[in-house]
Amino acid sequence: MIDPIVFWTVATLSVAAAILVVTARDLVHGALAMVATFALTAVLYLALSAAFIAAVQVIVYAGAIMVLFVFVVMLMGRRDVGFSEPIGGQRTLAMVAVAGLAALLAWAGANGVPASVVLGPADTPLPDLPGGFGSPASIGDRLFTEWVLPVEVVGILLLAAMLGVIVIARSGGLRGRGIESTAETEH
Amino acid sequence: MDMTAYSLLPLTLALPLAGVVLLTLFGGRLGGARSGVLATAIVGLTFLVAVAIALDFTDSVTASGSLPDGSAGIGSAEDGSTGDVAVGDHGVGDATGDHGVDESGLLGDSSSTDDQHGVVAPHIERSLWTWIRVKRSFADYELVPVTIAARDIPDLSRITPDMVAVVEVQAGTRAGPRTVREELPLMWDPEAIVGVQIFRGAITPGTILSTRVATALGADDKIFVPADLASPGFTADVSLTLDGLSLLMLLIVTGVGFLIHLFSIGYMAHDPDRRRYFTYLNLFIFSMLVLVLGGNFLMLFVGWELVGACSYLLIGFWHRDPANAWAGRKAFIVNRIGDMAFVIGLMLIWTTYGSLAFADVLPAAAGGAVTGSIAIAIPALLLIGATGKSAQLPLFVWLPDAMAGPTPVSALIHAATMVTAGVYMIARAHPLFEAAPVVLAAVAIVGAATALMAALIALVQVDIKRVLAYSTVSQLGYMFMAVGAGAYAAGVFHLMTHAFFKALLFLGAGSVMHAMEHGFAHGGAHPADGSGRESASMSDASFDPPLDAPSSASHAPASISTPDLDVDGHSEVDLGGAGASSPPRPDHFTDVPAHQDMRMMGGLLSRAPITGWTFLVGGLALAGVFPLAGFWSKDEILLETLARAGGSDGGTLWVVLYGVGLFTALLTAIYTGRQLLMVLAGAPRSTGAKNAAESPWTMTLPLVVLAVLSAVGGLVVLQTFGAPLLHLLEPVLGAHPAEGGPSKLNMALMASAASLSGLAIAYALYGARAIDPDRIATALPVAYRWLSRKLMIDELYDAVVVHPFQRLAPALWHRIDEGVLDRVVNGAGRSLIASAQAWRHVQNGRVRSYGLSIALGAVALGILLVFADRLSGVLLP
Amino acid sequence: MLVLSGILFAIGASGVLLRCNAILVLMSVELMLNAVNIALVSTARALGDLDGQLFVFFSLSIAAAEVAVGLAIVVAIYRSLGRTDVDDIGAMHG
Repeated sequence: MIDPIVFWTVATLSVAAAILVVTARDLVHGALAMVATFALTAVLYLALSAAFIAAVQVIVYAGAIMVLFVFVVMLMGRRDVGFSEPIGGQRTLAMVAVAGLAALLAWAGANGVPASVVLGPADTPLPDLPGGFGSPASIGDRLFTEWVLPVEVVGILLLAAMLGVIVIARSGGLRGRGIESTAETEH
Repeated sequence: MDMTAYSLLPLTLALPLAGVVLLTLFGGRLGGARSGVLATAIVGLTFLVAVAIALDFTDSVTASGSLPDGSAGIGSAEDGSTGDVAVGDHGVGDATGDHGVDESGLLGDSSSTDDQHGVVAPHIERSLWTWIRVKRSFADYELVPVTIAARDIPDLSRITPDMVAVVEVQAGTRAGPRTVREELPLMWDPEAIVGVQIFRGAITPGTILSTRVATALGADDKIFVPADLASPGFTADVSLTLDGLSLLMLLIVTGVGFLIHLFSIGYMAHDPDRRRYFTYLNLFIFSMLVLVLGGNFLMLFVGWELVGACSYLLIGFWHRDPANAWAGRKAFIVNRIGDMAFVIGLMLIWTTYGSLAFADVLPAAAGGAVTGSIAIAIPALLLIGATGKSAQLPLFVWLPDAMAGPTPVSALIHAATMVTAGVYMIARAHPLFEAAPVVLAAVAIVGAATALMAALIALVQVDIKRVLAYSTVSQLGYMFMAVGAGAYAAGVFHLMTHAFFKALLFLGAGSVMHAMEHGFAHGGAHPADGSGRESASMSDASFDPPLDAPSSASHAPASISTPDLDVDGHSEVDLGGAGASSPPRPDHFTDVPAHQDMRMMGGLLSRAPITGWTFLVGGLALAGVFPLAGFWSKDEILLETLARAGGSDGGTLWVVLYGVGLFTALLTAIYTGRQLLMVLAGAPRSTGAKNAAESPWTMTLPLVVLAVLSAVGGLVVLQTFGAPLLHLLEPVLGAHPAEGGPSKLNMALMASAASLSGLAIAYALYGARAIDPDRIATALPVAYRWLSRKLMIDELYDAVVVHPFQRLAPALWHRIDEGVLDRVVNGAGRSLIASAQAWRHVQNGRVRSYGLSIALGAVALGILLVFADRLSGVLLP
Repeated sequence: MLVLSGILFAIGASGVLLRCNAILVLMSVELMLNAVNIALVSTARALGDLDGQLFVFFSLSIAAAEVAVGLAIVVAIYRSLGRTDVDDIGAMHG
């Protein structure tokens, strides 16, 4: 169902971009590579009939979050981040763990679930989708009917995160006035 | 019936408990005096509630037309002619029909009750509150055989979601067969699926929880299932029951309790710890009410233990004196022995009858559901429990020492209420006892032996409280004798009158001691210790000889202050093998505080008249003088005992018991008369007695009230007054067995003769001094010494039980505890520290290291999941 | 598709485990979340069920919140310590 050319292109590029992220010596380079990964993912979403999610992906990830990262990096000044490893044995074990994870997930993706779910480039029969599947209208319809409570909860979560960020990032940092003033209000 | 007063029943429990809470929380702010008033007011209020309940209760009883006129009360013609003396004439036979309360009467339908003659409703058992259902299944792995009645076993290879296995399990519990029927959906019940798997394989112990399905599948087989399927597990309700017996106890506890609270306000006025005292006292009232109102054996046991704890706390109330603390400990430990038996008895009741509720167990026992050794074991164990709580042989030793507590406590707990719990329990559980006549006889024998022995010991005591303590033991023996004879109502009747006059006597003794202390304080001497006595005032000291009577009869004053108690070799040093760990045994002749020493008293009748006269009334009631309360109840007991002799079972035994009872009545009169004469009559023998003064009104008012009750309390059995007591008790305890017994008039004359001659002997010995009591003591030195040392029973227990334990304990301490257990414990600690030292490096505070652990764990779990199929053969059986 | 998701997830995990810089670690966490989202969307497609996409919507919201708070903490740490290495924050070690 997905065009194999699209899939393989996107897959190769996104894996490459992801590797660039985790191996970046310059944070700005890393951030740019991450944008690339997110954008490629958005392409995948489009191909998977998730138009709305693809749009959100671009806006939130590639837009907002990205800007946030770059902003913080700029705030602290560009610098070289090396590969020094202060914890003994961490690197070896981490390699093992990552390899294990990759193998397991790949194996599970290929074998561990019913065959119809494995969406490889090889064409497998897929269910027919209703018209407008993944469109903003269909998503919104579901979100504000049966998922309305989680939506509200997420709204509260975002509000709390916003307040938290304001408190934490106020001048003085963790030990700054933010913490002290909350301590004072407790009295 | 009017539900309003009944629904107040929980209030009687809630009020004292609220008192405890209030005093604990706010007592400090209130201060001692107001704490006492608060506690007293609360108990008074409780008593009023109890009275309201009682009025409601008796209304519904009389509404059913039990006694429209006096005629129904008279049992038989020849007894009717004896008039007032015909005590115990409860009119069995046809009268029971009148006493019986039919259900329609209870519901307020009193119009049709006149023609209810002959319709006997055996129980007034009503008003059962159940608030909380305590449920706990303890029988998880007890296996009982069951037979499976399930049939339609589905084809297991094609299970569909709507398939249901019908399980019908019949399990034979001891209480009878139970059938459990369950429908188990096979597909979605995880247990069912496991059950299918079990059915494919063998049933292993590890899969026992799923066997309820396995039983369904292994049809037509005998199979073992967990017992909680077969029986519903342990349940006991927090329930209250109200019938005549518990109502009577409720009234006694709250009424006497209120008076004693009131007395305590004055008596404890100068004690800095009054707040603690009144808190304990309220807690005790609550506990006692739990005991008497509980609707099952578990509630009874909870109350039983709570009153024990209160008793311990109050005996050791003045715990700064180690002797008092030891006395409390002794009471506690001796009671534990009885309680252990009691608990085992309760377990047996549970396993035998499958319930602890009175409403379940007692009718079953009365119906003869259980026979054989288990029917004997249960009441025997309960009896042992009762001997502990009610201070009977062989566990009575704690009660005399319990006099270390404040005197109102002795009056409330160790005379009027708590110690009668054993009698109450036996009366309550009488169907259990009746199922085993041999145990019932044992109850009577224990009671009679205790009564006799304690009365003998009481003859020679000089401490005013100890005389009363032994008297209490003796009177409790009477009660046991009564319930052992099957005369439960007589036992409970004596319980009631005893609560009146013994509380009166103890309070009177407290008032006397108060007066004596006052006298000593204003007479210039130190009252607190024995050294403070002036020998100048001891001119009459030969009144009661010291221990080594033979040598000191003629020069008593000097020897009283220095009696040599170790002549018989049983000194503290000999007995206290382990030195300081041995309890200090108060020497009952030298360690008596001056204000408690009857040898120091005398002439108090004129100096503290209210105390004196009420004390006199109480003493005469105890001695059983007509027409005071003690006469009626004691006579009742003797009558019932002798009536048993005429019965079919064991004639001579009951004759002997009757003789013992009669002789004890004589002894009772002697020691009572001696006490009365020593305390009240004659010339004062110390400055304390000379300067004694009357106590404040809060102390004298309870005395007066109790004196009135002691005087007229016995009349409640008289048919002339409608015999309200028997109407209360008969539906619970059954009608009196006395039929064709001995003549009641003769019996009453015998009892009166015993008590009057006892008083006369006492007067001859101690009043008129016709015979010098010293000479009797001189003539019988061995008997005297044994009696004065309480028959050496404490020493016997020390030698047999306490000292072996004390010798064993250090050995265990050094070898086992220090050698093994300490090492294990310390080793566990050390290895924990070592491992913690090793593992703390894992907790390095580095997030990435933690992340690595998570990742590795995830990989390991993933591998386990992925390869679970292939590993299952290896890891899982 | 799920294999791709797994591989991206593993790459993200390696970034978390191997890099010291806090910002890079956060980026790697985003990669991992992204990988999960891919799996969800593809499963939604395979089953023809919109719920998978809804999950992704929530996951995106939470990721945004998480990044905001995480970066704020990084900024705060940078102000206090002048560095942004996760290994420097070891005050909780045992």
